[in-house]
Amino acid sequence: MSLTNDRIKERLIEKFGASVSGFEELYGLLSFEAPKEMNLKVLQFLFDDDELKFRFLTDLCAVNYPDDKGRELAVVYHLHNLVDNIRLRFKVFTDIEQPDVFTASKLFSSANWMERETYDFFGVNFIGHPNLKRILNVDEMDYFPLRKEYPLEDQTRIDKDDAMFGRGGTIV
Amino acid sequence: MRPVRFNIHPKEAKLETAVSMAEAPNGYSGEGFFTAKLSDVVGLARKNSLWPLPFATSCCGIEFMATAAAHYDLARFGAERMAFTPRQCDLMMVMGTISKKMAPVVKQVYMQMAEPRWVIAVGACASSGGIFDTYSVLQGIDQVVPVDVYVPGCPPRPEAILDGFMRIQDLVANESIRRRNSEQYKALMESYGIE
Repeated sequence: MSLTNDRIKERLIEKFGASVSGFEELYGLLSFEAPKEMNLKVLQFLFDDDELKFRFLTDLCAVNYPDDKGRELAVVYHLHNLVDNIRLRFKVFTDIEQPDVFTASKLFSSANWMERETYDFFGVNFIGHPNLKRILNVDEMDYFPLRKEYPLEDQTRIDKDDAMFGRGGTIV
Repeated sequence: MRPVRFNIHPKEAKLETAVSMAEAPNGYSGEGFFTAKLSDVVGLARKNSLWPLPFATSCCGIEFMATAAAHYDLARFGAERMAFTPRQCDLMMVMGTISKKMAPVVKQVYMQMAEPRWVIAVGACASSGGIFDTYSVLQGIDQVVPVDVYVPGCPPRPEAILDGFMRIQDLVANESIRRRNSEQYKALMESYGIE
């Protein structure tokens, strides 16, 4: 019998009880969340469990929800069970004022660069990361560009008409 | 009859029409001598033997490959000698989006070139950032190095690149040999923080 989303959910609730929540299945992809302090416990359980075997970290990224107070930043782990070919998404939410999340780089080596990228663009502080510094943007950059409070456009341009290029104020 | 070359051209090729010669500069000639301005002669020599340094980062670079290949043939202008070391080159051709992280590299390559040196910005991205009006992209390479000719287009056709190249040739031919020692030139370099 191959692994199903319902069985994964059952195993997780069996192990973590009410701590894991927000289960949903979008286009057949199981997604759930846990408190950020538990992210490593959940990832380790998904990795070690003989039935679940989520041993491949496909992607790690963050999402900024500026209106969700206290849960502004979501760190999303995409995991893959290569034996049963099942994927899932696991999210932890954190306050943007103190975006500390434990690093997954001890468990998945591939998380090293992906966490650096997430730090680079969203400013998530991965506690215990061996080399948490910018990876894609210039070292001198003093903000986290993919947070929603920053405009996309380069702010050093002065020769473009703001109204025509959607920078700064609203179009009248 | 197949339209082969000798059906429409004489069999005896006239060498003087087949070879493209650079025109002699204005001057006085007599029996056994020719006088002209030194800057004209130097300009003539320089403009017909520019060594380009292709700094190609994206699609404009592909257009440049076509420009340098047989059909458009940049070699007709004496520029067949691409070099990938800046120390030997006269003309840096920046083609493609330059991200802010790449900007110091562009500047360093420029600084490694020996004087006299020219820069051509090919395409919208190198000239102004193009469609990439975003935090990570340099909004025109003229923020880090002085640019002589801008070629518009996204990407420009090889003809446009050739046109830009010929404008560089005009600049090279007409440049005063004292320009690079002038106060204005020094001030320009200082404004970019070079030397």
